[in-house]
Amino acid sequence: MAEQAATHVVVVKPLTAWERISGNSALRKTALLVLLALFWELYARKLDNPLLFPTFGATLEAFGSAIASGVIPQRTLHSLQVLAQGYAAGLFFAAILTAFATATRIGTDLLELLTAMFNPLPSIALLPLAMLWVGLGNGSLIFVLIHAVLWSVALNTHAGFRSVSQTLRMVGRNYGLSGPRFVAQILVPAAFPHILTGLKIGWPFAWRTLIAAELVFGVSQGSGGLGWYVFENKNQLEIANVFAGLFTVILIGLFVENVVFATIERRTVRRWGMQT
Amino acid sequence: MADPAAERAPALLEVRGVTLQYKTREHLVTATYRVGFEVSRSDRFVMLGPSGCGKSTLLKAVGGYLAPVEGEIRLNGRVIDKPGPDRVMVFQEFDQLLPWKTVKENVVFALRASGKLKGRAADEKALATIEKVGLTKFADTLPHQLSGGMKQRVAIARAMAVEPDILLMDEPFAALDALTRRKMQEELLRLWEDTRFTVLFVTHSIPEAVRVGNRILLLSPHPGQVKAEMQSSGRDEERLSQRIHEMLFSEKVEEATDG
Repeated sequence: MAEQAATHVVVVKPLTAWERISGNSALRKTALLVLLALFWELYARKLDNPLLFPTFGATLEAFGSAIASGVIPQRTLHSLQVLAQGYAAGLFFAAILTAFATATRIGTDLLELLTAMFNPLPSIALLPLAMLWVGLGNGSLIFVLIHAVLWSVALNTHAGFRSVSQTLRMVGRNYGLSGPRFVAQILVPAAFPHILTGLKIGWPFAWRTLIAAELVFGVSQGSGGLGWYVFENKNQLEIANVFAGLFTVILIGLFVENVVFATIERRTVRRWGMQT
Repeated sequence: MADPAAERAPALLEVRGVTLQYKTREHLVTATYRVGFEVSRSDRFVMLGPSGCGKSTLLKAVGGYLAPVEGEIRLNGRVIDKPGPDRVMVFQEFDQLLPWKTVKENVVFALRASGKLKGRAADEKALATIEKVGLTKFADTLPHQLSGGMKQRVAIARAMAVEPDILLMDEPFAALDALTRRKMQEELLRLWEDTRFTVLFVTHSIPEAVRVGNRILLLSPHPGQVKAEMQSSGRDEERLSQRIHEMLFSEKVEEATDG
């Protein structure tokens, strides 16, 4: 009796396993990945030419052993160090340019003009010049990184400053803020959604530029970065390692985008209800 | 009408023959023309007038955001030349709160930035003021999670916390719904009973002016000029409203014949 009643009373019926699985986008994407990997493995085996196209298994193996031997971590660290220096230097110059643009009208004109001119110019195209001016080495890498970061950050920060509401500005001045205190306590946080956008646009530019630049001449100091690792292994026809290197580049890109920036966004603009 | 016989305490705020102009993209607009009045300590002084009478511009000038082209504005005898925490503004706009700071942090910010209090003392003062406006439960809430009325209360708390010589309120309740608006007016009066702060209040609503103010300055538009000054005793609100109505109405007739 009781059993029968219970079966009739059930109003909430769990979805079938299939319904639940197919409703989850992360699961769907994982399934796609597995499918692609499977396809890769099968195709590579059929091709049977590790010089052109190593199997998925061989790539994973190369990736694993390169991590275990410490080669990939070391190269990655090297790349990230250069990136951090270039990114920081880019932010520094962006701050100067933005300050000038915010303070004067001619500064605004200058920023808009420079951005319009240099933003379409791929950073890597500046590499020959950078090598000529700064010499082989990290200096010229940092030079092109600055170019990759500077314009998007400066332009977005400036736009952000300009969009800070008149009311907030008046509030800041009302409580006696002016000069650097006003910028730090009112303008920067109020413009932070724009600044973050600039940082997010600048980051992949910088990352791509760095890897590309390293491919061209990363060896200058004996220990190159990831780009050089890829280039080196291609020369030695260790194609599985080339794949492993590219794999690392992708992984870091995903990590910064989906973990680092996503966390910053969640803790700041989204928490403040300021998302643009 | 102003009662010249009435003995007042020496004026806290003196506005003398103030002409204000501002530029739009195409015009130079004269917002007020030779406006004068005095506000005494603990006054609830309301500037009332239709749009275009320069009341908000006048308030901004008292705030120090705009310099008069003629005349002068003095607070405690000193000419106002820049914004400062001795005259705190409460705006109509909800975005006057810093969205990246909680309710408490917003008040603490005001205390620290203005140099009134620091550290623990600022925290305590902030919490005490927040309690006065009944928002203790929301001290750690961010502004975007508050209703419009609550945001305005935070703005008022923030302004009161720094204990300015005069509170400048620019249609602070205009963007609220009628019920909340009414409640906020009563709350403002209750807060005033508490500490008897001086407030200069701008509105275009006659009922609000009559309810909130003890003195009402009636301004006429284009350019803003003083039309009359009245006392509001809190009684006979009906009759006072009626009189103000008539004056504003006659203004419209004059305008029509002028044009």
